[in-house]
Amino acid sequence: MQMPDPDAGVIARRDDIAARLSGAVADKSAVITDPAETRVYECDALSAYRCAPLAVVLPSTTQEVAAVLRICHEEGVPVVPRGAGTSLAGGSMPTADAVVIGLARMTGVLEISTDDRLIRVQTGRTNLSVTGAVEGQGFFYAPDPSSQLACAIGGNIAMNSGGAHCLKYGVTTNNLLGATVVLMDGSVVELGGPMGEGPGLDLLGVICGSEGQLGIVTEATLRILPKPEGARPVLIAFDSAETAGACVAAIIRSGILPVAIEYMDRPCIHATEDFCGAGYPDCEALLIVEVEGSEPEITEQLSLIGEIAHRFAPLEFRESRSEEESRRIWLGRKSAFGAMGVISDYMCLDGTIPVSQLPHVLQRIGEMSAEAGLRVANVFHAGDGNMHPLILFDANAPGDLERCEALGADILRLCVEVGGCLTGEHGVGVEKRELMSAQYSDADLEIQMRIKDVFDPHWLLNPAKVFPLATSAPRRDRHAA
Amino acid sequence: MRPDSEADLAAMIRAANGTLSITGGATRLRPGEGQGARIDMRGLSGITLYEPEALTLVVRAGTLLADVHKALASEKQMLGFEPDPRPGSTIGGVAASNASGPRRVSAGACRDAMIGLRMVTGSGEVIRNGGRVMKNVTGYDLVKLAAGSRGTLGALTEIALKTAPVPPQRATLRLSGLNDPGAIAAMTVALTGPFDVTGAGRLPDRTVILRLEGLPGSVEYRASALRRALTDRGDVQIVEGDADFRTLRDYPRTATAVLWRIVLRPSQASQLLAGLPGRHAIDWGGALIWAEAAPGWQPDLPPGAQADAVAGTVQTLPAPDPVTARLNAAIRAEFDPRGLFAGGS
Ligand SMILES: Cc1cc2nc3c(=O)[nH]c(=O)nc-3n(C[C@H](O)[C@H](O)[C@H](O)COP(=O)(O)OP(=O)(O)OC[C@H]3O[C@@H](n4cnc5c(N)ncnc54)[C@H](O)[C@@H]3O)c2cc1C
Repeated sequence: MQMPDPDAGVIARRDDIAARLSGAVADKSAVITDPAETRVYECDALSAYRCAPLAVVLPSTTQEVAAVLRICHEEGVPVVPRGAGTSLAGGSMPTADAVVIGLARMTGVLEISTDDRLIRVQTGRTNLSVTGAVEGQGFFYAPDPSSQLACAIGGNIAMNSGGAHCLKYGVTTNNLLGATVVLMDGSVVELGGPMGEGPGLDLLGVICGSEGQLGIVTEATLRILPKPEGARPVLIAFDSAETAGACVAAIIRSGILPVAIEYMDRPCIHATEDFCGAGYPDCEALLIVEVEGSEPEITEQLSLIGEIAHRFAPLEFRESRSEEESRRIWLGRKSAFGAMGVISDYMCLDGTIPVSQLPHVLQRIGEMSAEAGLRVANVFHAGDGNMHPLILFDANAPGDLERCEALGADILRLCVEVGGCLTGEHGVGVEKRELMSAQYSDADLEIQMRIKDVFDPHWLLNPAKVFPLATSAPRRDRHAA
Repeated sequence: MRPDSEADLAAMIRAANGTLSITGGATRLRPGEGQGARIDMRGLSGITLYEPEALTLVVRAGTLLADVHKALASEKQMLGFEPDPRPGSTIGGVAASNASGPRRVSAGACRDAMIGLRMVTGSGEVIRNGGRVMKNVTGYDLVKLAAGSRGTLGALTEIALKTAPVPPQRATLRLSGLNDPGAIAAMTVALTGPFDVTGAGRLPDRTVILRLEGLPGSVEYRASALRRALTDRGDVQIVEGDADFRTLRDYPRTATAVLWRIVLRPSQASQLLAGLPGRHAIDWGGALIWAEAAPGWQPDLPPGAQADAVAGTVQTLPAPDPVTARLNAAIRAEFDPRGLFAGGS
């Protein structure tokens, strides 16, 4: 992975900078420069790429974040915001001249108002523990990335994360009402407001999904929802991908809004069966459809889904009748990534396509996989076309990683060609930076970079991510001098 | 001026040297808007792509909202955010004003349904952001920025929207005789329980209305569960359909005085309601209050609340803080470096 050369002047001033940073935080242990301790911050979940940062700071308050940023701004030091480091796109990977600002100590709950259906938290708090704070009162926070046990709300906002249930509840941007944001120059701004509306332009909407490049989000107001009375999945097996795809379309058209429609193909089913023995049928493709509501409502929805599915002659229609059966239906899907990891190294893609293109894209992926001589397993959120093709490769075989990356890039270009996009939830980061021009024209990228100019004129916040390196170079160089 | 292609429009904007205002049907211009030379967007119309099975619609900005409704209705679909169907209004005007009706409490606003767009900026450049898929985190989300930007960043030429199925069954629960705190409390009960309410408001005649939608069995089940939850709060009447919600949605159009649009937390609503001078309505479970008032009146806003006079004289309360104001101005300058576009908040 190519990264810009670190600023030698900044590296030479490391001790002075670290000393100044120590003055900005109450707890001196919040500034870390010992190489043994900064190792943890060398990479995120895309661990193939790593680099030790100049220093790490773990502030406890918005004021401390502001003081740290003001110093970095004055010193011309790049800053990489970090939540839990679960990004799959290298979004929180530092450079040697960068200070990592980790939000891990900022986990407080600031306010809960069930009457207003909101919770206000510090953004180092994990996704799952937001629900944890309100479930006693019968509420939950809807966006549920698979990493929800670990990932932080700040990272979710920066990546506009989604989850299995976003078919019904939307992604982070649809559930974010307000944020406290510290800009690179240390100024603090409150965005959003009641119903997410603030004065003037929707700046909150731009911050969400900006991959830590516009400001550091220290506090967030999140919409919480009353918990449904119950939920139940059904597993539907098919002998072809086309039929499964057609069934997805028919369910969506019928007007029922399931909370999740998940898809797995044969290679994935086999791997998970070997791994956890969920008892899935032997079939080409299977869907897991989950609906919510009270008992009679669940029955009503599932009987309609049954009617629709039977038009497509499924090999099996397995409606859960108990908690235990529900657990087993989800078990294979939830273990899919772990199961693939046992049989092989793999690279997980994250392209999104219009649902109508599903059969075509699956067929093309099959052909491309054969040409490249690398196996691809498919598991994804079928309801909204967010695919996660897993390319299997051998990390120890010379050339395999490169072939894998090339196939990955081709598959993502295919997603764009059929009307989709490069990333549905994992973000661009450093990983897909160079592919951006496959989806966007120079003018499209230029206007995005001008937004960065407004928030961070010196391009110090998480630079060298999102935009192709050559495209963003003039802006970074402008200020490096 | 009335361009009939995106290229035409870009040329017009490049050639302009004075104030421009981008209009659709000009049915929702706010005080201060509509000055200078008008660019009438209605020449750029038509649906470019509609995939009912993917719940997506791509439409040129000058298309009449009524035509969008018609196309969706033929597939038993709708715009989930429920914009009011002001005659003559265009989908571009709806998007540029983020017009969102009662279903915003459950389905989100227009901006939440907007998944992609094309626009011509003030430098006459055509840009694209987002796409036509539900999930997309490729680069910055400028779609949200354009939603509600009221023609100040550029002219939207094409918008991709998420559609929603029309629910097979609808019912409205009506409660009358409640005072302000009682009305807000009833809406809060409805929205904080497992009833999946898709609208909660109060009409100017003080009837509290709560909407349930979905499969027939489900609506029936939830209507009786919600009625039970509200028994000690007064008489509940259940009526089929949601005509009351159309009345609520269209209330702003019937206003005869200066109309204020006030957005606040429901828990703050009772206090504000107590100080209103005239006819008003409540939407979004207490988070939106429409209030008619005499010229010169101003609402006494609780912390965090926002208010705009949408008809009458230009007023926005409170003034944005200096950092927000600076960011707004700087972004506008990046999109519209020559400062051509009039108006806007
Ligand atoms: C096993 C696994 C499963 C996953 N499943 C999903 C999934 O289902 N859906 C999904 O969307 N993602 C998923 N992810 C990806 C990842 O979990 C999300 O992107 C998550 O939101 C990252 O959060 P984080 O706190 O770990 O962020 P980090 O990795 O620390 O940072 C991610 C990005 O956000 C920025 N950032 C972090 N905190 C802040 C802040 N406070 N202010 C500003 N910028 C900040 C960083 O600079 C970086 O660019 C998965 C990852 C793993 C490892």
